[in-house]
Amino acid sequence: MAKEVAVIGVGQSSFVRGYEGSIRELAFEAFREAMQDAGIAKKDVDASIFCSAPEYDKQRSPAGVLAEYLGLIPQPTFYIETVCSSSSSGVKVGYSMIKAGLHDVVVVLGFQKMSEITSAESQERMGRGADIQWEAPFGTMMPAYYALYAQAYMAKNGLTHDDLMNVRVKSGTYGQTNERAVFRKGVKPSDFDPNNPDARMAAAVAWPLRVGDACANADGSSCIILANAEKAKAFSKKPVWITGIGAASEAVNMAARPDFAKGLSVGYGAAKQAYNMAGITAKDVKVAEVHDCFTIAEIMAYEGLGFAPMGDGKQLIREKATYKEGRIPVNVDGGLLSKGHPIGATGGSQMRTIVLQLRGEAGPMQVPGDPDIGLVHNVGGVGLYGSVTIFGR
Amino acid sequence: MGFDKFGRKSFTGVTKTAKFVDLLAEGKIEGTVCKQCGAKYFPPRSDCAACLSKDMEWFEMPKKGTLETFTIAYYAPFGFEKDCPYTMGVADFSDNLKLFARLAGDIKPEDVKVGMDVSIRPLKYDDGQMSFEITKA
Repeated sequence: MAKEVAVIGVGQSSFVRGYEGSIRELAFEAFREAMQDAGIAKKDVDASIFCSAPEYDKQRSPAGVLAEYLGLIPQPTFYIETVCSSSSSGVKVGYSMIKAGLHDVVVVLGFQKMSEITSAESQERMGRGADIQWEAPFGTMMPAYYALYAQAYMAKNGLTHDDLMNVRVKSGTYGQTNERAVFRKGVKPSDFDPNNPDARMAAAVAWPLRVGDACANADGSSCIILANAEKAKAFSKKPVWITGIGAASEAVNMAARPDFAKGLSVGYGAAKQAYNMAGITAKDVKVAEVHDCFTIAEIMAYEGLGFAPMGDGKQLIREKATYKEGRIPVNVDGGLLSKGHPIGATGGSQMRTIVLQLRGEAGPMQVPGDPDIGLVHNVGGVGLYGSVTIFGR
Repeated sequence: MGFDKFGRKSFTGVTKTAKFVDLLAEGKIEGTVCKQCGAKYFPPRSDCAACLSKDMEWFEMPKKGTLETFTIAYYAPFGFEKDCPYTMGVADFSDNLKLFARLAGDIKPEDVKVGMDVSIRPLKYDDGQMSFEITKA
């Protein structure tokens, strides 16, 4: 295993609705925690990368503005965007800059204050993360795009609404233990009962997906501090190494997608590269965070990552194999379905969870058995971008 | 006709493929094909990604396809709320040609099935916007 670039500090704000502060103050929350976690001073940081989806930021060119607020000037700063996988892409760029010898310690900060605009505006702009020329004119939005995958997948692979519901039930189980999650209630099957007038999750949004199949918008920030081997060993008692990184992209237009029943092609492509680089297989992964913006996305991720054969992801949720005590624990911090999904902050939040797991510091969410290899799967748009990052001790 | 006439609500005013909207008004749904290498595209493109040629011509989309997948939107983005519920889907016309569009309003949601035979036709909205829709074969 190559030990060349390590994570030496992780931080995350609470994910909330309607953060009472500006993007500067929101960014500071994750930055402060990560710097204290790393135990370093600002003079030790020699570059920063800020990651967000620009449709929500009223501030243009936020990287410079936030670098100044966090005290990271005059060091160079950069801005990276791949919609919902922006901070994973930021980590890939930071890794590359360190590996190239340009910088020793790089801060990657993801943020999103989605409450700057209304929910209806948000839906429209998220939809515009797809093809505005040929698809948005029909009235598309993110749930509808994922529903196209869900419909074809369910028709071919025997996945049921109960399977999707059980992904949400699992998420709720762990969301209750994550003090940073926006949604901290347990989820019961009766919450999805269309005959129950109090059921919060049964209403159709984009059939076959219902309210309970979708994650919530949230405001949040995350921060990952990367260092080269020399600095990591000098600064950190528990460096967690990045051992594999894969990334892929796919056609934006649904008309050019190869096969909806097979799931997102970027999941497969990014996973293959990351496993090859790390020199491991899916069987070696002890704990994973996957992109569950919708319940169907988690099932598709199981297959893209090789945790289950193609078309068979439903078995993992039926057998509870992805629970904390199962064969391959997935999203035991509640995932995006419980934590919320502050676009630019999401990948960094997933990475923080995995780093804490590998350090044995995940508290009530800790996976038993002293996990030594963890994986993060983060998707941008409707599988427009895909990123898989593998971590080891 | 400008491209701002395309769709229930357009987000793109100017494109070199704006003729697509004029063709819709003539009752035709057309993609583009590269005159150099023969690569076919739908939605239409003015540039060939396969051989980098800019020498493209129009061709009429096949009429018979199958519905690969669909969804029924019960909640719509800003500006589309009055249309709810509406069905959108991807139809496969073989020859590597697929198309994303709404399904015709006269198809009942419970009658829509993955794999069903479908066709396509141009559509003119009351406000003059031009589009196309997937219909039952």
